[in-house]
Amino acid sequence: MVATLKGLLVGLLGWIDTRFPLTKWWNEHLAQYYAPKNFNFWYFFGSLALLVFVNQIVTGIFLTMNYKPSEAEAFASVEYIMRDVSWGWLIRYMHSVGASLFFVVIYLHMFRGLIYGSYKNPRELLWLFGMVIYVLLMAEAFMGYLLPWGQMSFWGAQVIINLFGAIPFGIGDALTIWIRGDFAVGDPTLNRFFALHVAAIPLLLVALVFFHIIALHEVGSNNPDGIDIKKHKGPDGIPLDGIPFHPYYTVKDIFGTGVFLILFAIIVFFAPEMTGKFLEADNFVASNPMVTPTHIAPLWYFAPFYAILRAVPDKLMGVMAMGGSIGVMFLLPWLDRSPVNSIRYRGPLTKIAVTLFVISFLVLGALGTMPAGDTETFIARVCSVIYFAFFLLMPIYTTIEKTLPEPDRVTMK
Amino acid sequence: MSGDEIDLGKRNMITGAVVATGGVGAACVALPFVSYWQPSVAAHAAGAPVEVDISDLQPGEQRVVEWRRKPVWIIRRTEEALKSLQGHEDNLRDPDSLESDQPSYATNQTRSLKPEYLVMAGICTHLGCSPTYSPEEDLEAGWTGGFFCPCHGGKYDLAGRVLEGVPPPKNMMVPPHRYLSDTVLVIGEDEGVA
Repeated sequence: MVATLKGLLVGLLGWIDTRFPLTKWWNEHLAQYYAPKNFNFWYFFGSLALLVFVNQIVTGIFLTMNYKPSEAEAFASVEYIMRDVSWGWLIRYMHSVGASLFFVVIYLHMFRGLIYGSYKNPRELLWLFGMVIYVLLMAEAFMGYLLPWGQMSFWGAQVIINLFGAIPFGIGDALTIWIRGDFAVGDPTLNRFFALHVAAIPLLLVALVFFHIIALHEVGSNNPDGIDIKKHKGPDGIPLDGIPFHPYYTVKDIFGTGVFLILFAIIVFFAPEMTGKFLEADNFVASNPMVTPTHIAPLWYFAPFYAILRAVPDKLMGVMAMGGSIGVMFLLPWLDRSPVNSIRYRGPLTKIAVTLFVISFLVLGALGTMPAGDTETFIARVCSVIYFAFFLLMPIYTTIEKTLPEPDRVTMK
Repeated sequence: MSGDEIDLGKRNMITGAVVATGGVGAACVALPFVSYWQPSVAAHAAGAPVEVDISDLQPGEQRVVEWRRKPVWIIRRTEEALKSLQGHEDNLRDPDSLESDQPSYATNQTRSLKPEYLVMAGICTHLGCSPTYSPEEDLEAGWTGGFFCPCHGGKYDLAGRVLEGVPPPKNMMVPPHRYLSDTVLVIGEDEGVA
């Protein structure tokens, strides 16, 4: 009986494989995709990002079934989801907490790339695809935050759209009107942000995530030692330090998924607003175009860039500094001139630079959510200089420092 | 030329012609999609003038009315408020409002038709937040009160003129307005329009 069933399934697989490359794809991307055997903690976040992406799409689709993208109804429809729709509160909190955790996971994923030099030759394009995903994700989060139509939704959108107004020669004002579709943030803005948030940007994200993974599998994964495992292949042509992604890393990632889902559930059930960090108090007040809340702050994941904007006492220069702080990350593969990839074998200058960069990024993030006094502005200026120095001085300090010898084979520390 | 040979020159010419024609077509099709984002006729029509009765406005009081979805302030300035508009020109980015937006009849020191009444769009010229009215405060030397923007710390005097050293590039905008009588004000049109 079992033998017959198995025979049927093998037959079915053969039938499919002559018509669709199912087994071929399974092998290329999972069962015979050889990843370095020394992946550590930092290698959980790629698969976790994929998991959160799926969570956002599924919960998002369900939210659209009750959400109404109009100025008159948006705020009330979100309250309706929270109070009257069966399990609506859970779906909405999974979506809003998921948004913040998406950025937690992405920032850790990017930090992994940073310390192990995962953007260096031949992975430059892989890094660029990732950066485009990151920028799209910021656009997605920004547009999604307008949809509940609370005070922070409205004034956040007002401020961010007006950033484009800093462009000189009369282009800026025309551009802001074009983005809003009105002379102030209003119904047309809400409606188009909804369209972009639920259809346009998710489609682009799906395409780019696909490119990101294809590019990764073309060049192969980097690893904590930053060395090329393809230099040492066995007689079968398989890297000696490589193990098949499935089952080894699928099992590892399922463990990571389990731990992540526990943390996710704790936040969703016990601290979905995260004391105003994930959902701000002012956003429980319906939007009022006549009154700005006394303290408007972006959500935490935009805060470092917002702090840089605010540190510059000139509109155009501030906007350029903010854009530049994101744009400079695209250049990372060409700024880094070090002969080694991983921070393990780099000299003290890089280690100091990375440490200062992480501190300045965190401090800017904290400052960006606080009101700006003179002291805060001063600290923000110092941190902004460190932020840019990390990138712009990189060609110098990665060239002059003495690096340690890389091992021949991966190490399992 | 024999019939078997491929004429690459002709092939390139045809490819170029197809790309060029297709490109022009694509650009033409893109235009309606780009224009689709412009404000609709309804959005344009919503900008009608607003009439305000100011007979009961007390000295120092601020009233907020909505015009073109923006907060417009009407503030009846006190004697001290008007006095505070002098003597700090060195601390202002644009003391004579040469780079700022206002009708010609408000291009003066008080930025108003009548010195006592300030009519101004309450939108910070930095990134569009609405500043708070703080007439009494003396938050720092050289600033005798005015408007403070909570978003990025923009500071203005009581004529909406921006101080030096804060992010906003210009003074706040004065919309077109006129007085129908001593106590009735119209925002959104002026003598030229009416």
